[in-house]
Amino acid sequence: MIDPDHQAISRDPRYRQLLRERGRLAAVLTAVVLAAYVGFILLVAFAKPALGRPIAGGVTSVGIVLGFALILLAIAVTGIYVRAANRRFDRLGADLRAEHDR
Amino acid sequence: MRGRLPLLAALALLPTPALAAQPAERATNWTAIAMFAIFALLTLGLTRWAARRTRTAADFYTAGGGITGFQNGLAIAGDYMSAASFLGITAQIFADGFDGLIYSIGFLVGWPIILFLMAERIRNLGRYTFADVASFRFAQAPVRSFAATSTLVVVLFYLIAQMVGAGQLITLLFGLPYAYAVVIVGVLMTLYVLFGGMTATTWVQIIKAALLLGSASFMAAAVLAPFGFSPEALFARAVDVKSGLAATAGSPDAAAGRAIMAPGSFVKDPVSAISLGLALMFGTAGLPHILMRFFTVPDARAARTSVLWATGWIGYFYMLTFVIGFGAIVLVATEPGYSDAGGALRGGANMAAMHLAHAVGGDLFLGFVSAVAFATILAVVAGLTLSGASAISHDLYATVLRRDRSDSAAELRVSRITVLVLAVAAIALGIAFEGQNVAFMVSLAFAIAASGNFPVLLLSLLWRGCTTRGIVAGGTTGLVLALVLTILSPAVWVGVFGHAAPVFPFSSPAIISVPAAFAVIWLVSLLDRSARADADRAYYLAQRVRSETGIGAAAAGDH
Repeated sequence: MIDPDHQAISRDPRYRQLLRERGRLAAVLTAVVLAAYVGFILLVAFAKPALGRPIAGGVTSVGIVLGFALILLAIAVTGIYVRAANRRFDRLGADLRAEHDR
Repeated sequence: MRGRLPLLAALALLPTPALAAQPAERATNWTAIAMFAIFALLTLGLTRWAARRTRTAADFYTAGGGITGFQNGLAIAGDYMSAASFLGITAQIFADGFDGLIYSIGFLVGWPIILFLMAERIRNLGRYTFADVASFRFAQAPVRSFAATSTLVVVLFYLIAQMVGAGQLITLLFGLPYAYAVVIVGVLMTLYVLFGGMTATTWVQIIKAALLLGSASFMAAAVLAPFGFSPEALFARAVDVKSGLAATAGSPDAAAGRAIMAPGSFVKDPVSAISLGLALMFGTAGLPHILMRFFTVPDARAARTSVLWATGWIGYFYMLTFVIGFGAIVLVATEPGYSDAGGALRGGANMAAMHLAHAVGGDLFLGFVSAVAFATILAVVAGLTLSGASAISHDLYATVLRRDRSDSAAELRVSRITVLVLAVAAIALGIAFEGQNVAFMVSLAFAIAASGNFPVLLLSLLWRGCTTRGIVAGGTTGLVLALVLTILSPAVWVGVFGHAAPVFPFSSPAIISVPAAFAVIWLVSLLDRSARADADRAYYLAQRVRSETGIGAAAAGDH
């Protein structure tokens, strides 16, 4: 049995907008993380010399810089999502709750 | 070979044969024991306070939903920064340099994915266990029975690995007999969980996370300070040290030390690397004791904040371990006192970070870090036990057996009895497996979580067509495949049973078992024409609305 309330919410344009916007951001960011990680593993598997090459004439290698960049990327995309959710999605959600949640 | 096994070893904290082979008799380390006694007293006091706040089943399972996003983030990070990752990853970096970073990254990248796909929806749908979420719109008995079984299997393997690891580590660091260590861990953990429930379990985890982050920060700073805080200067010195060691060992290459700046043996076998990556990434998203933490915060917003904090702390921690591993190359590998006659580290390869603690802070700091390592195992074991107990009392007893007709007090009683049973089992198994090679057990737990729980959760959340039969068939397929393929893999078939060659060539089953679970859920659901399947699909809309908006979700306190 479907509670009629859910039908009403699912037809609300703000609900559709919330799903669309959040779904798109989540899909894009998930793709970024997966591509970066799988790309890194593939580089490690097939381009070892390139990752071992030093940058700027020192000993620090391309691989180390990329690895640290990947850690920072993971934190950064998490931050981007949380920011968008706190500012935008929560407002849409609050509007929906105000109208439909008794 | 060396490229495949260390991760398993790193995961299980149990380590290399070198560690296992150490004689048990070591000088009793009173500094470490005193520091640990202080930690134990402090946390028992905390448990007294938590016990007064633990009256209902909701208090017991979820701390009444009263943990903030920041606190929960630290607790999640604490669950993740196990003694295994601290000692195992620093040891890996100490040995091979760059390769250790590959592990760290595999552990970390699961977190953003959890946030984007699951964290908020899980919080909106569930109350106490991940089975609440997985069974939301399905027939309760079959889905909960699957979820509880899978939870118990994951918890059991994880617990055995932690208990055996605890026994070995504490024998080594504290100079206490193995059985004492296992019993101390078991008894303290029981006191936390039994009386303090989730409140005590969370705060023990938070305190330990802060202690571990503090110790690791101090060690990294102490390593970098002589180099004017220049990582490049530290790396350059480490390369020189490694080149020197290679020359002593008879290497003709004057720049042999450069190898630590590049990928080494880790990826002899890219399929294993990807498979392991899948298990790590998606296993995190299916570990019951981690998922449980999302129910301790008041709402979806706090759930989201906790993932951001957790990702930040875990990322920071892995950067520290990288510096600490290189610090160990510079300060430990060059100091003959830390190695035995054959040039191997005293106490085994996983002791690199502990020796570094001694090198930068003397006996007192070594004692402190030893106590933190003990606390780490204790905190993780407490969380595991609580999640195992909730699977039995909430999923099996209250929902499947009593069909929601039991009251909170009866459920709480069953939980507490289960905690005692699990604690006795953990101690008995910990002692029974003394000296056994159980390194594969944590990676097995990750593989089962990735293959059984993760596909079930993801498809039940996001796919309307999913049905009860699909979930149970696919989840069971993933669980059984992960188990069987791990037994046939190099680590168990060759490493434990001593056969000449593995039946399954890759170190992790995830690359087969995860897609298989998805495929079976999809196929069985698609072909499911039962009346129940129609109800499952029809109820998706209600589930979707609640998971996306939180409308109807249990609020803080009144779960």
